Amino acid sequence: MTKLTTLSKAIEALVHDGDTIYAAGFTHLIPYAAGHEIIRQKRKDLVLARATPDLIYDQMVAAGCARKIIFSYIGNPGVGSLRIIRSEIESGRLEIEEYSHFSMISRLQAGASGLPFIPMNQTAAEDLEHANPQYRRLTDPYSGREVVVVPPLNPDVAIVHVQRADRYGNAQIWGILGEQKEAAFAADKVIITAEEIVDEEVIRSDPNRTLIPAFIVDAVCHVPYCAHPSYTQGYYDRDNAFYLQWDKISESPDEVKRYLDEWVYGVSDRQVYWEKLGNDLHEKLKVTDSFSAPVNYGAY
Amino acid sequence: MDYTASELMTVNAARLLRDGDTVFVGVGLPNLACNLARHTHAPNLLMIYEAGVIGARPARLPLSIGDPTLVSGATAVCSMYDIFTLYLQRGNVDVGFLGGAQIDRFGNINATVIGDYAHPKVRLPGSGGSMEMAAWANRCYIITPHQARRFPEKVDFRTSAGFLGGRSERKSKGVRGGGPQAVVTDLGIMEPDETGELILTALHPDKTVEQARQNTGWELKVKDKLNITQPPTEKELRILREELDPTGIYLKGGQ
Repeated sequence: MTKLTTLSKAIEALVHDGDTIYAAGFTHLIPYAAGHEIIRQKRKDLVLARATPDLIYDQMVAAGCARKIIFSYIGNPGVGSLRIIRSEIESGRLEIEEYSHFSMISRLQAGASGLPFIPMNQTAAEDLEHANPQYRRLTDPYSGREVVVVPPLNPDVAIVHVQRADRYGNAQIWGILGEQKEAAFAADKVIITAEEIVDEEVIRSDPNRTLIPAFIVDAVCHVPYCAHPSYTQGYYDRDNAFYLQWDKISESPDEVKRYLDEWVYGVSDRQVYWEKLGNDLHEKLKVTDSFSAPVNYGAY
Repeated sequence: MDYTASELMTVNAARLLRDGDTVFVGVGLPNLACNLARHTHAPNLLMIYEAGVIGARPARLPLSIGDPTLVSGATAVCSMYDIFTLYLQRGNVDVGFLGGAQIDRFGNINATVIGDYAHPKVRLPGSGGSMEMAAWANRCYIITPHQARRFPEKVDFRTSAGFLGGRSERKSKGVRGGGPQAVVTDLGIMEPDETGELILTALHPDKTVEQARQNTGWELKVKDKLNITQPPTEKELRILREELDPTGIYLKGGQ
């Protein structure tokens, strides 16, 4: 059965006020278009989980969508601070649940594997363990030493952007793999956004590249350029200049409001947003092709 | 020869790397230091990135920890769970680079909050990959400008472990990594003594012990035979400026 739908319909049907959302992607493939659509649909009281909240959650927090964030690094990668999230935390308005990258990803891994917890070796840095009661300790029944454990994270909805998917939701990713697979298997509902919708035969020609199988997917949306200002390996580059620009915009609440009015509320969907970015930027973010050597699966 | 503080720190960090090291690289100066080492004395340096990239050969300067240039031409790409388990936790990482707002007398690092955790004066980005890197990499290095506010006697929050209250305390925790081996600053190099306390072991040319003491938040001890580092060579500076960071995004910092 085809699960093709528009991003707007998928968000409307699957993302509800109060939900825990995991918009996946470590620097790569961050589903900005979905974040913007959630803002346009004025979702509230969301728990936003991401290892690196990145600008996508800074914008969603600015728009008033979030009551809490779960994270392991709240910086603007390569630039500095996420100013909005930072000031919301400093003023005590935003609830936080904080991990290291490894423990955050371990929570997803536990959630994706159906486990009650996952053990990790000790790090000797215990302040975060004390600050976040979700960290616990157990005695390893084999060696008698203590290990650190974290519980599963099972988001209500995972949103995963991919290079290509078929209409059923079989999704293929290459480049930085981050935590997409774990987020999808951990979540209750999965929304796939894809640069390209391809025939099932294309997927079947290269099954090793499929990270997410159709049967765990609830909606498939064709959203080219979904990841801007993040990037899609082989499709377009990261817009590093915008990450710097956001550092300026987010210094002023007025500028943030102006940005959201113009680039989120003021556009109906990603296609309009992408056209509005203009040819010069399209050219700047273009990448030269570099294909892998084909592999031979053999005809059996 | 003229050079910036960032160039000086990068060159000295690069010299600490050994040929054949597997390095968990960060963006900015650590990335430049690793690439410089690879272009000079350590051609077999294996660079891995927390984004899950192994054997990266970045063709351009990466501007984020997940820059696509890290992937193109790399030997392998894996998930974050894999990079932190199979590579780091398993003990396959020789060197990690760390940074933070505060580094204390025993090399503990704070990248989380200034002030109280629940009511922070300044909220910093947090651990990212550093908590585990500091614990499990065989050797850790820190590159940071030498300023008193960056080197308090004690950090407000231990985001990642140095020697805690001293070598024996770290040892008692049973973490596999060797802890911080050197802090490279724009004045010189600090290394842990037998107790785990960071002491001044080298000065850069034309810098003084007095400058280092004034810019350190504890009573800085000085090694008996203090070394003077060799200034950056023409070759090192040429590689940094012409090949690695031609527009000076990271290297123009400092003087």
